[in-house]
Order: sequence, then C-alpha cells, then structure tokens
Amino acid sequence: MELSHRSADGYTIISINGRLNMVSAPQLRQYVTDVVAQNDPFVVIDFAETDFMDSSGLGALVASLKVARQAGGDLRIASVQPQVRMVLELTSMDRILKPYASPSEAYQR
Amino acid sequence: MRLFWIRLIVTLTVILGVNYIAWRWLFSLNWDAWWIAVPLIIAETYSLIDVMLFGMTVWRLKVRHGAPPAPADATVDVFITTYNEDLDMVMNTALAAQRITTPHTTWILDDGDRPALLELAQANNIGYVTRSQDWDSSVPRHAKAGNLNNALMETHGEFILILDADQIPDPRILDHTLGYFSDDEVALVQTPQYFVNVPPSDPLGSQAKLFYGPIQQGKDGWNAAFFCGSNAVLRREALMQLGLVRYVKDTEKSVHRALSASRSAIRRARRATDANQPLIRDALNRVESATRDAEVRLAAGEALGDITFQVRSQVDEAVSGLVRADITALRADLDEIRALEVQGRHRVEDSDVMEIPDEVIDRMSARDWSPLGALESVQVVLDLLSVERDGEAQPIMPLATISVTEDMATSMRLHAMGWRSVYHHEILAHGLAPEDIKTMLTQRLRWAQGTIQVMLRENPLVQRGLSFGQRLMYFGTMWSYLVGFVTIVYIAAPVIYLLFGILPVTSLSWDFFLRFLPFMIANQLLFAVVGKGMPTWRAQQYSLALFPTWIKACTTAARNVWFGKPLGFAVTPKARQSGAGSWRLVWPQIVASVALVIAAGVGIARLVAGLNEPLGTAVNVAWVIFDLVIFSVLWRAILYKGFAPDSENQSTTAHH
Repeated sequence: MELSHRSADGYTIISINGRLNMVSAPQLRQYVTDVVAQNDPFVVIDFAETDFMDSSGLGALVASLKVARQAGGDLRIASVQPQVRMVLELTSMDRILKPYASPSEAYQR
Repeated sequence: MRLFWIRLIVTLTVILGVNYIAWRWLFSLNWDAWWIAVPLIIAETYSLIDVMLFGMTVWRLKVRHGAPPAPADATVDVFITTYNEDLDMVMNTALAAQRITTPHTTWILDDGDRPALLELAQANNIGYVTRSQDWDSSVPRHAKAGNLNNALMETHGEFILILDADQIPDPRILDHTLGYFSDDEVALVQTPQYFVNVPPSDPLGSQAKLFYGPIQQGKDGWNAAFFCGSNAVLRREALMQLGLVRYVKDTEKSVHRALSASRSAIRRARRATDANQPLIRDALNRVESATRDAEVRLAAGEALGDITFQVRSQVDEAVSGLVRADITALRADLDEIRALEVQGRHRVEDSDVMEIPDEVIDRMSARDWSPLGALESVQVVLDLLSVERDGEAQPIMPLATISVTEDMATSMRLHAMGWRSVYHHEILAHGLAPEDIKTMLTQRLRWAQGTIQVMLRENPLVQRGLSFGQRLMYFGTMWSYLVGFVTIVYIAAPVIYLLFGILPVTSLSWDFFLRFLPFMIANQLLFAVVGKGMPTWRAQQYSLALFPTWIKACTTAARNVWFGKPLGFAVTPKARQSGAGSWRLVWPQIVASVALVIAAGVGIARLVAGLNEPLGTAVNVAWVIFDLVIFSVLWRAILYKGFAPDSENQSTTAHH
C-alpha cells in the first residue's frame, strides 16, 4: 500500500494506493495523524486506487476519523471501489462515513 | 513358428550388436579425436539399446484371435472428443457412432462449446457434453484430458469408447472389443489408428503400421499395450479407481507439503510485518498452534479430512477473533468521537455499527476478505491445507493431467495399479491423417513432448507396481524419442572425416567391417521379419529426418517439467494448412544436407589430392548418401499437395 497526499482548497486529499488490510492499516492511522498535525485537520481519503479493505482497514479508518475530529477537523471518504463499498454497507459504516463521488465533492456546501 | 524366427533373429542381432559395440568401446576408439569418437560411440550404444528394447518388445509378440463373448448387459458410452474441428466431420463421426450395433449412448464432448453443434446433436438425438461451470478461468483446463474428465462426471456407462472427431467407427467396434472385459482385470482395449487419406507412398509417414502392429502386439505380450487416445475402450471403474487413488495421494502430498512449509511461512510473516502489532502477533500464534496440532495428528495417522477441518476451524476462529477485535476497537473510537461532538460542530448519527450482527462478522472473516489475507505466505499454506483441491475444476481427475499425451500417462498408472490392457489388432475405425508437413510436424512434436513429460514426471523405470517388462516397454517408447541428439552425431561424423580427414575409429579395416556389417544385416532382417514385408522404411526415415523436432520436444518438455515454462501446446489442426513457408520448417535439415553435400565434394577432392584414404572416403561418402536419402523424405513431404483419392487409389472405405 502506498500513501500520498496533496492540498486542495481548505482540505487535504490522502490517496491510498493498494490494499488497506491488517498489515498496512496502522500506517494509515499514522499518516493521517501526521497530515492533520502538519497541514489541515480537514482531510478526504481518496479510495480511487484502493481495491481492497478488511476489518482492520475499517478500524484504521475510524481511528483516523477520531484523530481528525480531535484536532477540530473532519475526515471524509470519496471514490470508493465496489469491495470497499460492500464492506462499508455491510457494517452500516456508510451511515457514519458517507462515500462521496469524488474528493472535490466531499467539502462542497 | 513366426515367433521362433523372430526370437532367433533377435538373439542373433543382440549377440552381433554387443560383439560390435564391445569391440568399438574396447579396441577402436580414436582417442586423438575423442571429441567426435566419444559422441559417436555413445550414439552407437544408444542405437544398440534401442534395437535391444525393440527386440525385447517383439520377443513376446502376441497375436490375439478375437475377443470372448461380451459381458451381458454391459452399458457403454461412446465419447467423441472435439475442440475446433469442422462440424460436418464431427457429425459424420457421431452418426457413425450412433450406428454401432452394440447398445450404447453416443456423446459429443465439445470443448469448443459451440451452440451450432449442440443443436445438431439434439436434432440427431446424440448426447452433448461441454465443460461444467466448475471449469472457470481460475483452474487449468488440461485440454483433452480435462474434456474427458469432465464428461466422465456427467455420464455413467460401465465402458467408454473414446474416438477422436475424425475417427469413423466401424459398427462392429464394440462387438469385437467388449468381450475382453469379461476378464475383470482388463481396463483397456486399444485398437489401431488407421488413416484413409494417405496414399500408398505415405509421404508424411502417417500410417504407423509397425507401431499399430508388432510393437503394440509385443507390448501386449508384456501386458503393457498402451492407450493411444482414440479407438480404445476403457473400463470406467478402473478410471475412477485411478482418479480416487491419485486424489488421495495428491491430497496427502499437498497437506504434507503445506505443513512443512508452514513453519517458514509463519517465520517469514513475522519478519515481514510489524511484530509489535498485537493483532498480527496473536493471529500468527494461533495459526502456528493450529498447524503444529495438525502435524501431531497427521503423525498419529488421523484422517486428512478431520485434520484439515480442524485446522480450518481453528484458523476461522482466530480470524473472526481478529475481526471482532477490529470492530470492538472501532466502536470504542466511535464512542470517543461522539463524546467530542457534545462540544463540537459535527454530528455522527446513531448507527447500527454499535451492534454488528454475527453474519457480518462471518462475512468479514471469510476467505476473500479475511485480514489474514494480508499475510500472503501464510494464506497460501492454509489454502493448501484442504481436501477440496481448489486449484482444480474437480477433485477426481481419472485421466492423467501430467502430460499433453494423457493417454500414455493414464495407461501407465492403470498398469501400475495392476490392471491389464489388450491390444486388438483389427482396424475398427477409419481416421484422417494430417495432409501437410506443418500439421504433421506439430502433431509429432506434441506426441514427443508428451512422452518426454511422462518420462521426466513419472519415469517408468522407478514406478512401483509396474513389472520389469512393463517398465522397459514404457521406457522403450521414451528412449526412442531421444534419437534426435544421436542423429546430429551421425551427421557430424562423416562431415568431419570428409572435411578434415579425422576418423573417430582407429582404423577402417576388416576388423571393423567383420563386426559392423553382420550386425547391420541382422538388424534389417529383424525389421523385415517382424514387419512381414510391410514398408517400415518410411518410419525409419522419419525417425532420423525429424531430429530437430525430437530435440525441440526434449528441451521444451524438460523446461516445462523442471522450470514450469509453457510447452507452446497446440491442438493438431485437422484441416490442411497452407503450404507456404514449409521450407522454413525444415531449415536444420536443409543446412545439414548442404553440409553433407559440400563435405562429400571436399572429401573427394582431398582423396584426389592424396589427403584422404580411399576406403575411409568411400565409407563416408556412402554414409553421406545414406543420410541424404533419409532427408529426401522431407522433399516429398513439402511437395505433397494433400490427398487426392483418384491419383493414387486406395482400396479402403473412403468416407467423404
């Protein structure tokens, strides 16, 4: 799994390239913590290049949400692929983290 | 009486051959030119062994006089295997199969899954089988063996007649063969493959009269007549037994391998991941204890089904533990987030996340989403710890899949299990041979590759269950395909003498001729008597002339077996291929021929100049001429325009 980020208008987009699983999950949480500390507390996780997520990945996602909220910001998700969407729907996590069609739509309004 | 003469000549040939080769090894090697002398004597020794194996085969030549009465109420399935052949051809064969007099069911096994063929089959009340859904893209298809294995699961006749799409059966084919199965130990009856579209001159060497004759009859005498893919009847029970035994063996092997690989897989996973992550550490510990448990139980002789089930359950438990731990952590985080919201501006809606049902936990723990999937090496080992054979379309594979010539491999396994085979020497099906050199070469290459694959994967010399004679009978066929390497030496030796005057023997004197000529004469006499005057010359020509094909077969099969490289397998096309570029297919033979001609010219010039001896030149020029006559068969093959029934008339029943 490869992580990268870029700044957008008032928020930061973090892209996950690869599989968000038990082995890589802790990396995401650390990465979000660093981004939130150095840049924006408002982040979007871009799942366009993420083809798989397991329960550990989901856990890391929620832990990252907590990090962003504690910093006074928020974490949103965008461009989720079918498997990731299935995991979110199955666990009803989509009620908490609504998947946006693209990162730019996540902070519109 | 014929057998007496055959045995006499075999004995004579072997004595004369050993006499010659022993003298060559002990007294005639020109060590100054060891680089050609040693290859040549090895080549000659190879040929002697080849003749000895042939002699051993025909020693027990068995002429059968018809089958006993067929078992009453035998049920028979007739399988017509096809992949991409012309529909007319397939239907011709299928309709002829329908007319077989013994009660039976005819099936078309269409590996091409063609709707048009299904329609034709249904319209003519012929059974139609195509691959089941289990054969998806994730499992190997195993070509014809896979096609047959699939059909074996869909049908239930006690006996199975297998026909290639071009082999038109005689209505009496089952009448004349089923009776052999009244012997309960017989698993296979093979009849000859005969081709109607071959002129008497047989330019492509298609009619294997020596093979479907004395050779199979000789192997039959050793209970080693083997299955040749078509025109054969097989006993389903024997095939199923074979499939089951192989399934158990392969599963045992895979479980053993998985357990012994699990230690290093777990070690590797510990090293590759962050060992401080408590979840991973815990999961690995639990997997490790499950596999150690399994090892103990395997050593105690417990059933594989029980052992693998137990490992599965233990691992599943560990995995759902992981998922539960993830969900629990996630809930705790959500609670904290909610606590933050009391002061903050965001809201997290109340959600069902708080009580995730067990079904969801199960789904998240399943093989495809399991967090353990992150530890790839461990997951691979766990997948092997199963009895389902997930890597194959069906657990039971009666027809061997270790070779592209599944027929030979299957009959060898049947023999090793104690089953008997019969060769019934009567033409009961009329087929079509390739009509162009390209197709012919593809076909020969495939046969040779398959045979070498079997030799490298399941060498008959060391297969338990085979008798001494059976081992040598199978090995003999494989040995004969090594002739390609030897041929190169037989071409190089005269070229080297004629060009440079270097002889691999110390002298060409009476000592040489007195030992060599009697052996050669006895050898040719043996072929003549065994072949009862049938033309065996074409077969001898092709066995030498196709040396590049044999070498390619050996090297590609070795790379396939040892390094898992693909063979470049192609189905033999039944339709004539265009003749364009045929020359390129035989360029090594053309290069060799040119070298031989040049060498002969240079040799004669050297003789005139007094550099070469007269006797040596004469022998080697004669040798060159022999080689050129051998290669001349390829000219005829390239120029062959396909079968024209009018020009060279055949007395056989033409069917198209």
